[in-house]
Amino acid sequence: MASFLESIGYNSWVLPALLIIPLLGALALMALPARDQGADSGVENPVARQIALWFFVLEFVVSLGLWWSYNPADSGWQASIDMAWIPTWGVRFTLGVDGIALMMVLLTTFIMPLAVLGSWTSIRTKVRSYYALLLILTTGMLGVFLARDLFLFYVMWEVMLVPMYFIIGIWGGERRIYASLKFFVYTMLPSLLMLVAIIYLGVHVRTSTGTPDFSYDHVLAVSNMPQRAALWLFAAFFLAFAVKVPMFPFHTWLPDAHVEAPTAGSVILAGIMLKMGTFGFLRFALPLFPGAAMNPTIRMIILVLAVIGIIYGALVAMVQPDFKKLVAYSSVSHLGFVMLGIFALTLQSVQGALLIMINHGISTGALFLLVGMIYERRHTRAIDAYGGIARVVPLFAAILTFVSLSSIGLPGTNGFVGEFLVLIGSFRTYPVLAVISATGVIFAAAYLLWALQRILFNPLDKPENEHIPDLNKRELALLLPLIAVIIWLGVYPAPVLRRTEASAQLLINRVEGHSAAPRVSEATR
Amino acid sequence: MTFDLSLPAQLAGALGPDLFLMAGAMLLLLWAGWRPESDEHQRSVGILSMALCIFTMVFVGYYAREGYTASVGPIAVDNFRWAADEIFLIATVGTIAMSLDYNGREGIMPGESHVLLLLATSGMMILAAARDLIIVFLGIELMSIAIYVLVGMNRRRERSAEGALKYFLLGAFSTAFLLYGIALVYGATAETNFARIAANIGKFHLEHSALLLVGVALLLVGFGFKVAAAPFHMWAPDVYEGAPTPITAYMAAAVKAAAFAAFFRLWLEAFPSLLTTWHLAVWWLAALTMIVGNVVALAQRNIKRLLAYSSIAHAGYILVAMVVGTKLGSSAFMFYLFAYTMATLGAFAVIVALGARGEDRMGVEEYAGLWTVRPGLAGAMAVFMLALLGFPVFGGIGFFAKWYVLQAALQAPFPQTRLAVLLVITSLVSAGYYLYVVMVMFMKPRDATASLPEKTGGWTRVVVWGSVGVILVFGLFPDAIVSLTRRSTPTLTTDGPAIDVPAGLPRTSSAANNGVVALRPDPSSNSR
Repeated sequence: MASFLESIGYNSWVLPALLIIPLLGALALMALPARDQGADSGVENPVARQIALWFFVLEFVVSLGLWWSYNPADSGWQASIDMAWIPTWGVRFTLGVDGIALMMVLLTTFIMPLAVLGSWTSIRTKVRSYYALLLILTTGMLGVFLARDLFLFYVMWEVMLVPMYFIIGIWGGERRIYASLKFFVYTMLPSLLMLVAIIYLGVHVRTSTGTPDFSYDHVLAVSNMPQRAALWLFAAFFLAFAVKVPMFPFHTWLPDAHVEAPTAGSVILAGIMLKMGTFGFLRFALPLFPGAAMNPTIRMIILVLAVIGIIYGALVAMVQPDFKKLVAYSSVSHLGFVMLGIFALTLQSVQGALLIMINHGISTGALFLLVGMIYERRHTRAIDAYGGIARVVPLFAAILTFVSLSSIGLPGTNGFVGEFLVLIGSFRTYPVLAVISATGVIFAAAYLLWALQRILFNPLDKPENEHIPDLNKRELALLLPLIAVIIWLGVYPAPVLRRTEASAQLLINRVEGHSAAPRVSEATR
Repeated sequence: MTFDLSLPAQLAGALGPDLFLMAGAMLLLLWAGWRPESDEHQRSVGILSMALCIFTMVFVGYYAREGYTASVGPIAVDNFRWAADEIFLIATVGTIAMSLDYNGREGIMPGESHVLLLLATSGMMILAAARDLIIVFLGIELMSIAIYVLVGMNRRRERSAEGALKYFLLGAFSTAFLLYGIALVYGATAETNFARIAANIGKFHLEHSALLLVGVALLLVGFGFKVAAAPFHMWAPDVYEGAPTPITAYMAAAVKAAAFAAFFRLWLEAFPSLLTTWHLAVWWLAALTMIVGNVVALAQRNIKRLLAYSSIAHAGYILVAMVVGTKLGSSAFMFYLFAYTMATLGAFAVIVALGARGEDRMGVEEYAGLWTVRPGLAGAMAVFMLALLGFPVFGGIGFFAKWYVLQAALQAPFPQTRLAVLLVITSLVSAGYYLYVVMVMFMKPRDATASLPEKTGGWTRVVVWGSVGVILVFGLFPDAIVSLTRRSTPTLTTDGPAIDVPAGLPRTSSAANNGVVALRPDPSSNSR
């Protein structure tokens, strides 16, 4: 496989291609006639969803090559490209993957076609624009993961925002306008502060001609950042990412946005966009400002917030009457584990955090899809409205149970591996916090199993639940890949770990090297 | 070629494009008087006016390309002037194009309205060139008097008359401030020429002369009125609301840009040594304008008033570039003017396209569900709103404009970090009202009783899509405009105020930042 990929020069074009394919797809959709009432089930413009699906499948196939072409032994950038963009401002169009970005890219391209299938029949109006927005959103998300230039990163970071704003605001639930505005404003305030920080960095790293320089590697190599400035810059980056993660207490936008978004929107929000925050910590906040991030007080504050997030998210999830909201709050809890793993900063915990990032995308994505499927049938998400439906929809019940177990972290599923690694890894540096967090796993079991019991297994006492159709072929087809990945990662996560190890180790060396002996041997390894 | 401005012939040569436009305007005035109350005739005057503007643009471009310079004199011959001229002319062409459709609908017959626009524009071009306080005054009057008439052009509408009177009274008031300021400055320095004022301040150590400082303060107030900076902004919303929509666009875009161009040149060329005294005043003016404009805009439900407050807020952002005062700041200033002009022009063109005769219904709520009936216009309006908000890619060039101002603020010898953070925070506030417009268009359902908007006029469509094109294309590839604005700084601008700025970043870090960081090549990049 690797030699085949080399023969077609895969590494030299794959990254720009990944950004361009979705844009071409969006253009193709816009070229369709605006309104073409389809015959089947009143979906206007049914062709649009097929075109979108094929573009996403193409995107996934193209990205899949990275799995083989990526060299796990090399911790540097791979498949890089570097082009001038705005020379007078020192902005370059520079892309590259490392182990961390690789996993995030594959996760994104894997989830997107499933998200399209998940909204196949639930999106009936303005189909064309909906899928075009999904495609543009994909470019933005991949751009965030691939950018090696801080300016480019910022642009991509903001590009994600607008399509999601429209997706929530136009196709969302009842309180969609409130939720979309809240989502937009919550994300935009800290990212604007991050923009100031990025400009400050770029100007600080200016070249000998006075042109600012936003290249990630160059910013990384700077060694004369005054400590006080570094602290403020870290604060700006921290806020931007903490809101996105979301860390307690910046999480209040999440339940609103997740619940009001259409199914695909929730899947993407939870599955991919939350990872932007933790990815940002791994890529920017930690390596760029190790002095500030590893300051014992700051580190402790962040870790404690992460642990609060784990427990608080789980407890709040437990009392939710709305199943979708329950899943949304469970994200707060899971992402707390990720933050714990990142800031515990051992090889296991960081790798575990990376695994949870992937697992959470798969499992929670699947949960949101399942919620969307049952909502389409019964038009309610209230847990009380169901009960005993395992007898009516056995297939749905089996899959929901399985996915829930993986989300809880049952051994043999993907959830277990990640949380286990994080707990082991953080136990070495922060035993007390690790022990407290471990209870979060118990709470997770509590809220999900209790919800399962109330939805699937209690007596079938509501007549309107007696005639729910079970999953159809399309729904099965979109859930099966997710289930396969859940099992695969649960049983044999080694290939993923091998590919992320070098990058994780490099990150740890960078951060610890800085904080132990401030600014001596540089990040140039 | 260098013009010797003491020779009348060469002075006329240096004023070539301005004189060309004025002469053309005079001829068109005669042509307009030929058959005054005919719609057909009015259109022909408009089209000829646009052609004249485009010829003038070419003329200006030629002067800029040849790189003419001039001796010290009453007017400047530099790229700053040419760049500003091009911006005014673009705005004028856009305004006339909108007026062609608008006047037809509202029954505004006289073809002179287009000619008045040309006269106002020539006033602006003189403002951009002015290097003498008297010329500044001349330019401002030439511009303002034409605008007073234009605001009241629709004489059948009460609001229009009210706006015109208000604008006239406040305009006269602010001109008085300006004139008194000019007199005092002349009294203190015995000069009206910018360069000689600066020289005399140095020579006679007038930095603390009360007469001069009061004069400068009065000038500041006068210009504050003209650019609608808080707390001198009160007139703007009423006048913007009352004026015919194309004229509102013209005022928000070109008039503001012209006042700023003169303001900028005057401040940086005549009073560089007074930085310590006026700097703080402009700092506060910028801060206050950003806050007031953005916060009050949140409460607006009338689209024209909303954009009026938005234009006040943008005056605040532009003032940030003035506070910076470096070459980079000047370049950012010009870039911002361009981006702001395009977005404002486009937004008002959409309003013209959606307006109905009489202009009574200007509530943002009128646009509810616009996306379902006029997807193109709704999309275009979204682009303009995002551009004004300063959002990347979807707002195109608007983002780069804000970015540039921020970069200039942070790269100045005394980084204006606080002002930069304030700019960013007020930008976030502005999301509240720009997104409100977007939300209404895209997310609110269309009122069942609402009638379909009329078909958009051809000229208006050209303005809308032209602006969208410029905003989006340069929003991806801004380099051409950046390098143009790089070369368009006033000639006398220094590399930065050599003074201690009271309200900047903690000095420790800024001093350390000035060193150039040498970079080692990174072996990890491009590993394959």
